[in-house]
Amino acid sequence: MTQDSDTQIRSYDTFVRKKQFVFILAVIATIVVAVFAVSYGSINISVIEVVKTIFGKGSDMSKTVILGIRLPRVTAAILVGAALAVSGAVMQCVLHNPLASASTLGVSQGAAFGAALGIIVFGGGVVNSGSTNVAIAINNPYIVTLCAFIFGSLSTIVILLLSQFKKNLGPGGLILAGVALSSLFNGGSTLLQYFADDTKISAVVFWTFGNLGGINWTELLILAVISAAGMLYFLFNRWNYNAMESGADTAKSLGVNTRNVMLISMGICSLTAAVAVSFVGIISFVGLVAPHMMRKFVGDDYRYLIPCSAVSGALLLILADTFGRFIVAPVVLPVGAITSFLGAPMFLFLLLKGGKNYG
Amino acid sequence: MVDIKNISFKYNRTSENILKEVSFAIQNNQCIAILGNNGAGKSTLLKCIDRIYTAKEGTVIVDSQDAFAMPKKAMAQSIAYVPQNNDSINMTVFDFILLGRKPYIKWDTTLKDRQIVQDIMQKMNLSDFALRNVSELSGGEAQKIMLARALAQEPKFLLLDEPTSNLDPRNQHEVLRTVKRIALEHHICVGIILHDLNLAVRYCDRFLFLKDSHVFAFGGLEVMTPENIEKVYQMKVSIIEYMGIPVIIPFPNENNEHTVVEKINSAELIKKGNKFIQNEKKYKISDF
Repeated sequence: MTQDSDTQIRSYDTFVRKKQFVFILAVIATIVVAVFAVSYGSINISVIEVVKTIFGKGSDMSKTVILGIRLPRVTAAILVGAALAVSGAVMQCVLHNPLASASTLGVSQGAAFGAALGIIVFGGGVVNSGSTNVAIAINNPYIVTLCAFIFGSLSTIVILLLSQFKKNLGPGGLILAGVALSSLFNGGSTLLQYFADDTKISAVVFWTFGNLGGINWTELLILAVISAAGMLYFLFNRWNYNAMESGADTAKSLGVNTRNVMLISMGICSLTAAVAVSFVGIISFVGLVAPHMMRKFVGDDYRYLIPCSAVSGALLLILADTFGRFIVAPVVLPVGAITSFLGAPMFLFLLLKGGKNYG
Repeated sequence: MVDIKNISFKYNRTSENILKEVSFAIQNNQCIAILGNNGAGKSTLLKCIDRIYTAKEGTVIVDSQDAFAMPKKAMAQSIAYVPQNNDSINMTVFDFILLGRKPYIKWDTTLKDRQIVQDIMQKMNLSDFALRNVSELSGGEAQKIMLARALAQEPKFLLLDEPTSNLDPRNQHEVLRTVKRIALEHHICVGIILHDLNLAVRYCDRFLFLKDSHVFAFGGLEVMTPENIEKVYQMKVSIIEYMGIPVIIPFPNENNEHTVVEKINSAELIKKGNKFIQNEKKYKISDF
């Protein structure tokens, strides 16, 4: 090896380490914010107590508050944020569209309609928890999830068919299709609510806000398993995504089965997005914004973009949720509204910035 | 050696054939120019050979192995394709060329993959570019790194779709000179779509004329006749020899339109040119 190529390897290694540094920094930031989010609330618990409780050594009171309420909420933020962000990054790659994400393509809205259908029509229903307060809980989460997945996939199928058969549609056209699908499913949800009784309406409305508070450990486990399986598949295909990023023809000539990778990836994306939506409601823009933030630091290289997007999505959602709990405490604002508020300006910024043929 | 047998292609059952039974063979170390009008099926032919499009009939034999029967990964190890344009991508040149190792990657790249990429970058004088962003490169540089990526695949058959279309004259010659050198060094076959016949005769060994979806003529310099060119391009040319190189010159229009703008004193130009060549002693034909 010549001296020249030796220095080249070294400078490349430094360059790679910078990307790893971004990832590690994001992980540390997420952990710090997560611990703060668990400690913050109407009952203040010190950070040390939080760490103690997580390792099983806290007081009974902090165990109840942390393990019963706050930890599931923060875990949900981490899982949902990561799942939505990674799905967004992968959709942007396989559809070759920088504006793609579950909420911009109508997948989330489809899933929301499906979930509303599950709650109102298929006996997903609501139950009163027995006390005087009406606790709104979803009776049968699995039927709700299934319906959410079916209708989320319906959006995905329409998007896939459009992108396959109308090649000159362009990035803007696909997003317009997403707008059309969103309005279709929103209209459907409204109609369902029109014919439903008061308790069911309040269940659906409460749930469409996007709320991380209502999730339980079983649902978290389902979400974790599905996200982890999806993440594994995405990581396994990171080189395929890199090839697809430089064009379908190039990817094919590099031996990538572009059609299969696209179909399976989109299937997994809509499944994770649908499961997330059915447990916590619509959370917009995280899937769009988190990957783009990370593209600034690690480029379009999916070896780093996938893990970094996951972490930044988790970080964004914990921040948004904690912000919602903090801003007009003790009232807790729904996280879906917060992400929409913060995400919309970001979305406009991306459009304005132009550059890589947005829109 | 590459043997292309009876490739036929159409987009769907009802449409007309884009390619009809296209056959030809290339020896190792040879560059073949694929020539023809717009819409003659040149790009389609390359895409069929590389299975980007599925040919209706026919097959491609690379070193006595049927490329159409191979798994896609194995095929990507023997045939590489450089498209006309690359989508803009936010990635370093090194990582971009490393993508050429995709057909060999199992879970992640190995030291060997990185070594190969480095060797190619050194050979093509791209080492200084390693950490530059692909989206910031000029047309000529982008063409070179696409070529480098294809070479990282270590192919036996290299396909180039109009590699000179966006380049200035100097870069056109540089890219083709590099391709020629690579074909000889790596003992591979190269197929290049070109529009400039003078570049073709300068850098290619064989010429394939496509017309109306089929092979009109195929062979060495003997097929590069004014008659063939006129039939393929519907344009009259004359071929002269200049310093041992055949030069193809389109006939002036029948009514000599270009002289209307300004009378060109061609004798004066040629005199100047010859004087320049005489003064430049270092200038050799073999430089091209």
